[in-house]
Amino acid sequence: MAKMTVTLRIWRQANPKAAGRFENYTVETDTDTSFLETLDILNEQLVEQHQEPVAFDSDCREGICGMCSLYINGHPHGPATGATTCQLYMRRFKDGETITVEPWRSAAFPVIKDLIVDRNAFDKIQQAGGYVSFNCGGAQDANNLPISKEAADMAMDSATCIGCGACVAACKNGSAMLFVSAKVSQFALLPQGQVERVRRARKMVAKMDELGFGNCTNTGACSAECPKNISLSNIARLNREFISAKCKE
Amino acid sequence: MELNKTADGLVMSAADSKIPEGPVAEKWTNYKAHQKLVNPANKRKLDVIVVGTGLAGASAASTLAEMGFNVLNFCIQDSPRRAHSIAAQGGINAAKNYQNDGDSVYRLFYDTVKGGDYRAREANVYRLAEVANNIIDQCVAQGVPFAREYGGLLANRSFGGAQVSRTFYAKGQTGQQLLLGAYSSLNRQIELGKVKSFNRYEMHDVVMIDGRARGIIAKNLVTGKFERFAAHAVVLATGGYGNTYFLSTNAMSCNCSAAVAAYRKGAFFANPAFVQIHPTCIPVHGDKQSKLTLMSESLRNDGRIWVPKDINTAKKLQKGEIKGSDVPENERDYYLERRYPAFGNLVPRDVASRAAKERCDKGFGVNNTGLAVFLDFSEAINRLGIDTVRQRYGNLFDMYEEITDVNPGELGNKIGGECYYNPMMIFPAIHYTMGGLWVDYELQTSLKGLFAIGECNFSDHGANRLGASALMQGLADGYFVLPYTIQNYLSDQISVPRFSTDAPEFAEAEKQCEARQQSLLSIQGKRSVDSIHKELGHIMWDMVGMARTKESLTEALRRLKELRKVFETDLYVPGTAEGWNNELDKAFRLRDFITMGELIAYDALNRNESCGGHFREEYQTEEGEAKRDDENFFYVSCWDYAGNDNEAPTLIKESLHYEAIKVQTRNYKS
Repeated sequence: MAKMTVTLRIWRQANPKAAGRFENYTVETDTDTSFLETLDILNEQLVEQHQEPVAFDSDCREGICGMCSLYINGHPHGPATGATTCQLYMRRFKDGETITVEPWRSAAFPVIKDLIVDRNAFDKIQQAGGYVSFNCGGAQDANNLPISKEAADMAMDSATCIGCGACVAACKNGSAMLFVSAKVSQFALLPQGQVERVRRARKMVAKMDELGFGNCTNTGACSAECPKNISLSNIARLNREFISAKCKE
Repeated sequence: MELNKTADGLVMSAADSKIPEGPVAEKWTNYKAHQKLVNPANKRKLDVIVVGTGLAGASAASTLAEMGFNVLNFCIQDSPRRAHSIAAQGGINAAKNYQNDGDSVYRLFYDTVKGGDYRAREANVYRLAEVANNIIDQCVAQGVPFAREYGGLLANRSFGGAQVSRTFYAKGQTGQQLLLGAYSSLNRQIELGKVKSFNRYEMHDVVMIDGRARGIIAKNLVTGKFERFAAHAVVLATGGYGNTYFLSTNAMSCNCSAAVAAYRKGAFFANPAFVQIHPTCIPVHGDKQSKLTLMSESLRNDGRIWVPKDINTAKKLQKGEIKGSDVPENERDYYLERRYPAFGNLVPRDVASRAAKERCDKGFGVNNTGLAVFLDFSEAINRLGIDTVRQRYGNLFDMYEEITDVNPGELGNKIGGECYYNPMMIFPAIHYTMGGLWVDYELQTSLKGLFAIGECNFSDHGANRLGASALMQGLADGYFVLPYTIQNYLSDQISVPRFSTDAPEFAEAEKQCEARQQSLLSIQGKRSVDSIHKELGHIMWDMVGMARTKESLTEALRRLKELRKVFETDLYVPGTAEGWNNELDKAFRLRDFITMGELIAYDALNRNESCGGHFREEYQTEEGEAKRDDENFFYVSCWDYAGNDNEAPTLIKESLHYEAIKVQTRNYKS
């Protein structure tokens, strides 16, 4: 463990309508402390000085709930690959470094306060079709439906998406294609998802368009920045699903 | 409820727990055959509030909506998908016997009761084991991508406290996949208009009208406004109270305020002393730490836990002069395998945690604080190859590396041709709370119309929860138990019209919330919420933690009283009541954590025995094992609020009755 001092250049914005600005703060921390714990240290300092703490989202702090966000030095979830902001430790930064911290920037994710954005649009896309229409109670024995290990593993890789929104934040177009394609892929790969396959692709894509997300131009920033390494091949699959759904119209 | 005054104090009558007649294996079937139902036309007239969107909350909300009830569902995070069930790693138990290893409903029931050190309610546990198989079927039908074998059938692994492989899993992310399954069903009902979803809302009070729960006051965390919501019944699925200890594996927003609000309104709080300390967490590294990270129990399938045999080797490890991989095989003490040959590294959590503490107390700890033991994969990697081990635990190894800068899958040293890999360092941490709101067999609290499900209630895990059983209980309650039992209550509510939130009871409850808020903002002292919460955590961990004594608990109660004074007079909350104010919301929660801390201490002080996660140093065998006292403590302790936070609550006992299982001393040795 080594002590370090960093300058945090943080986006402050009082409410959705207020103009935002960057503010600089100096914080003493150490290499074994996480980035969010460093923000905690800053907030303790601010509270001690009777100033308003920085508002940011975080919950599980072990990389799975998808609550934390933050655009750190130009990368969603910071410089580490395959990890969320809450899994980012200060040893990734240099002593004396200035670290720029911004909220997700996307029209579909309006800022609520400081670094917190509203990601409700993601829930709405899921509500449009991210499920198998099945009522609790009538399921057959689980092993009556054998599924090949390959299909199950691929579906699992898609289902790993944590819905954090890094893909949208990373995309120059603000597209949600990686997010949508992960859910569509999970069900397209599994027998349970077949009955509603066409309807699902159509409805989820329509909802995504309606909510103001941009189009995909296959740049791949979404996948490169995804903390769960969701593969770009999901988007290829979504395109196939969508085109074949269109053909069946 | 009829309470009988006896020589033993206040005791509930047997009827209060509403356990159905008949042999334990037939109770649930009998119940379902005779319970009252609500017909479809009437279901449309009835509203149910479900607070929480974890496994229990989301599954209950979606299932009630599928049945036809109107559901109002509240979530503290920005989306139901983020509830802390998502972080459960290892798996979910069921008695499918797919592995043909002799599993059965009875055996799952028996293991769970034994794992809980014979302090759970037998009838509830049997029902849990009975519906567990339905959960797996339900989740597969939803498209949950469980791990599978090459033949296409479901894979299983083993967990602590069991000698069969009955745990279903999805990599190390089982909680995530099960929660996303429940979330998908919930989303379908939101789309259909049967569930109204309120995100970034926190419940502050339950509203009682004529002795029944008829609604809640919840705070919109974005606007800062208190809002009123009415319904025919209220279901709490708000999780446990582990964050009372400040450092735990719980998420930042996990809190006990909804449960404590119910307790202050008169709902009994049961077995608060039963807190689970999980043996395999990453050790504490400094005072700036915000939470502790769990390393899945599934690691104990292949990982071996050890400390050095020689205290001088331990001292060198503590000073950082040598690494774990420098210690050769014959100098390692695999103390769980030594003490518990039959279960080895797969003993239940309470046993493994205490054994780690015992070694560290004797000076054998392996890190700079002396508070860590090793979890080692060398034997597994040498036997199975690194690829197989990485396939099983790769994501956990990577997670460990992000936090500690050490990868357990990397070769550390070669001694005499033997490969030694970097061991993980682990130490016990607060993880789960078995205690919770008292509920009867129908999962109704002692307040009419108020139900509690999942970790929020007390009923199924006794004094210790086995691994892969929390997911099982959350989903059992939400999918298969509550949606039935709540109808027995709602059936006589069909002629009750919708309540207006203009009722004086709502106005009064909201006024009290406003007043509490104003009092927190007006203290204007010097201490931040976190600084007081950390102090609370230290008192709880040091005196009400893994080892408790009469003296430590008495002292804890004294200090908690002082701490409440500090909170009431020296707290500083910045900002105003308008808009987003996380410090203010944390202050509300801390007030309730202090009350919860006292409740845990009162219960631990009362329970003059050691059982499960509750270890009183005065009550142990010569070998250092927990010594239960079935003669005097074979009961659920239910605490009734005194009417104010400064007075001690009243103890009411629910006697336990076991029919199918013979109560005996737990044995994991042979």
